[in-house]
Amino acid sequence: MSSLILRAGTRILAPMMIMLSLFLLWRGHNLPGGGFIGGLVATSAIALQGIAFGPASMRRTLVFSPAVIAGAGVLIAALSALPAALAGLPFFTGLWLKLDLGNGAVLPLSTPLLFDIGVYLTVIGGVCTLIAALEEEPALDDVETGG
Amino acid sequence: MMAGWLAAFVLVVPILSTGATTLAHGVPRLQGWLSLLGSYLLLVVSVALLVVVLRDGMVVLQSGNWAAPFGITFAVDSLGAVMTVIAAITGAACLTFGLGEIGEAERRAWFHPLSHVLLLGVCGAFLTGDLFNLYVWFEVMLIASFGLMTVGGTKAQIDGAVKYVALNLVATLMFLLAVALIYGLTGTLNFADIARSVPAVSNRGLLTAAATLLMAAFGMKAAVFPLFFWLPAAYHTPLVSVSAVFAGLLTKVGVYALIRAFTLLFTHDPGWTHTLLLWIAGLTMVTGVLGAAAQTEMRRILSWHIISQIGYMVMGLALATPLGLIGSVFYLVHHIIVKANLFLIAGVAARLTGSMELKRIGGLYRSAPWLGVLFFIPAFSLAGFPPLSGFWAKLVLVRAALEIGSWWIAAAALVTGLLTIYSMTKIWAEAFWKPHPAGESAARPLGEAPTVMLLPISALAAGTVVIGLFAQPFYVVAERAALELLDPASYIAAVLGGAR
Amino acid sequence: MWKRAADPMELPLVLLIGLLTAVATWLMLSRNLIRLLLGFGVLGNAVNLSIFVAGRLTRDTPPLVPLDAETIAGAFANPLPQALVLTAIVIGFGLLAFALVLAWVAYERLGTVRTDEMRVAEPPEEKA
Repeated sequence: MSSLILRAGTRILAPMMIMLSLFLLWRGHNLPGGGFIGGLVATSAIALQGIAFGPASMRRTLVFSPAVIAGAGVLIAALSALPAALAGLPFFTGLWLKLDLGNGAVLPLSTPLLFDIGVYLTVIGGVCTLIAALEEEPALDDVETGG
Repeated sequence: MMAGWLAAFVLVVPILSTGATTLAHGVPRLQGWLSLLGSYLLLVVSVALLVVVLRDGMVVLQSGNWAAPFGITFAVDSLGAVMTVIAAITGAACLTFGLGEIGEAERRAWFHPLSHVLLLGVCGAFLTGDLFNLYVWFEVMLIASFGLMTVGGTKAQIDGAVKYVALNLVATLMFLLAVALIYGLTGTLNFADIARSVPAVSNRGLLTAAATLLMAAFGMKAAVFPLFFWLPAAYHTPLVSVSAVFAGLLTKVGVYALIRAFTLLFTHDPGWTHTLLLWIAGLTMVTGVLGAAAQTEMRRILSWHIISQIGYMVMGLALATPLGLIGSVFYLVHHIIVKANLFLIAGVAARLTGSMELKRIGGLYRSAPWLGVLFFIPAFSLAGFPPLSGFWAKLVLVRAALEIGSWWIAAAALVTGLLTIYSMTKIWAEAFWKPHPAGESAARPLGEAPTVMLLPISALAAGTVVIGLFAQPFYVVAERAALELLDPASYIAAVLGGAR
Repeated sequence: MWKRAADPMELPLVLLIGLLTAVATWLMLSRNLIRLLLGFGVLGNAVNLSIFVAGRLTRDTPPLVPLDAETIAGAFANPLPQALVLTAIVIGFGLLAFALVLAWVAYERLGTVRTDEMRVAEPPEEKA
């Protein structure tokens, strides 16, 4: 699809959607938001890019292949379950690291955040794989070995 | 605490393997090795878990340190641990076999990551202690199996996949609807908590309806009569290593879920649920074996036999006696190994002769006599010849049936065993004994099959013989698993801590 | 366990679930693969709604703990059904997306979306 309005709009909208997705990811654990919804917003931005500028541009934006992003997300999410072992707590127990930034400001970092980042990447990777499969030729039909 | 982490690692290992094989997708050799490493690591971890469960009793893991019934509980009893080990064995065997089978195109279609997602779903289903979590693991398994089914992308595969996908989608929604009803009736989804709440539910009719709906959902996954039609329409189409994992594991997850549901959750109305299960078991056995008799393609014959064998496992559950459940557990273990092996052997046979279609092949006895030996072991075990593993499994089940006077189901089991021999001798006569229709040299010698294919087949055949000759320790474990199943009170106490 | 009286919205929702189930059943009985998948989507909504109703309908505050408190004061809505329904929607979406891609591939490769015409994987019919 080639539309000037869509392309101009995408240039403004897509970065804002990415920012919004990061905001949702960050506030997620105790407030509405989280890795899943953040990932979906980010995917919408990337899908918008794909619709406005074509699938090739979408792939360039992602840098890595969507499946690799999903794989990295799965790894990060799985790793977030493990630090609890060092603390002698069960699998997936949330751990918080509260960094004091001075002036009374505290930066809470936690394993749930790490998990959310993993989910965020998995959602982006997974849904982008699907979109790529639908926009381009289905990946199945390059092999034919009897039947 | 350590034991809980061991259970967690049964899930973490396949997740890590999935991630690692995905990241290594661009480096074929590395991906293959990582995949193999992951599957063997899973085997080690699951064996360790089984040892711990047999030594110290049930392992309960409250993930995230949320107390049951509020968090997601993983509860591993002997049955769950045994099933996990068998799943890991099947996974390792089939991925090893896969090294010889899959080419670059199949590898590029994400064979390795999908296989590990499948193993993750299967192991998760065996370990979880939560109904909704079980639903999630089923779906993890399902989506991976959808992907694996179409690896290769031939017309037959797509045709088979359409039927497989369509019926499994229906089963998924039935499962979810049953979850909704059970949640509405008991207010909880934790297995132990449901089991505790069921006696107090006032709406008995709706409870039984929910139980029956769950039976239909699990029954469709397990391919019991009359919900099995997707299985013979699909299982002969994918790659051999994929179909062997499917044949060994996927339907058995359905059987496992049935066992869990109708020993722990719904024992309130056995006059309806367990009688229904017994009829289903009998009809499943007989229709399965008769369906097999009409087939002429190796994997289709074996697919129909999966159905008939599922009947045996459900029969033990339906009898609901200690002996019956021992039989079911023993049968599950024996069947997964034997059936996965038969599919792998069919794959090698097809590779040596050029087809799975019995009319078009032959001459294997002359060209590859050792494959004949390897085929004989699981085939005769399947039919229940002493002293192989299937004999003991059938013996226990038939005794369990006679013990409570269900002579007709015992008769059905024996007739089914007899007809199984017919199918196995048909494969033997057609593929091995008769000369190859394309001439003497059309059947290749065994040496032409890659070693990585023959290793898992030999190992699984050795396992069948060992279970048969040294049945006692396996029987003891099965007995322990069965007695645990018949004692829901200790399951509930282990999960909920006896408090409240 | 559940002591609250039924909310008046329960009946309309139950009727809606019934209607959706009826529509879905009709769609899924079709031989057309696309209709079957549409039926799956509709039935998925019916099932998700029944999870929602099974968690009981209430008109209490959302189950969000205020930033400056440890617990919620007073009655609050059951948070679990939303979590379950969200999970079920995501899974349903994933399955439906895969099934649609599969239907598309099936149409391209087998040239039909009618399930009774898909017989590639079946044994050849006996000549009568």
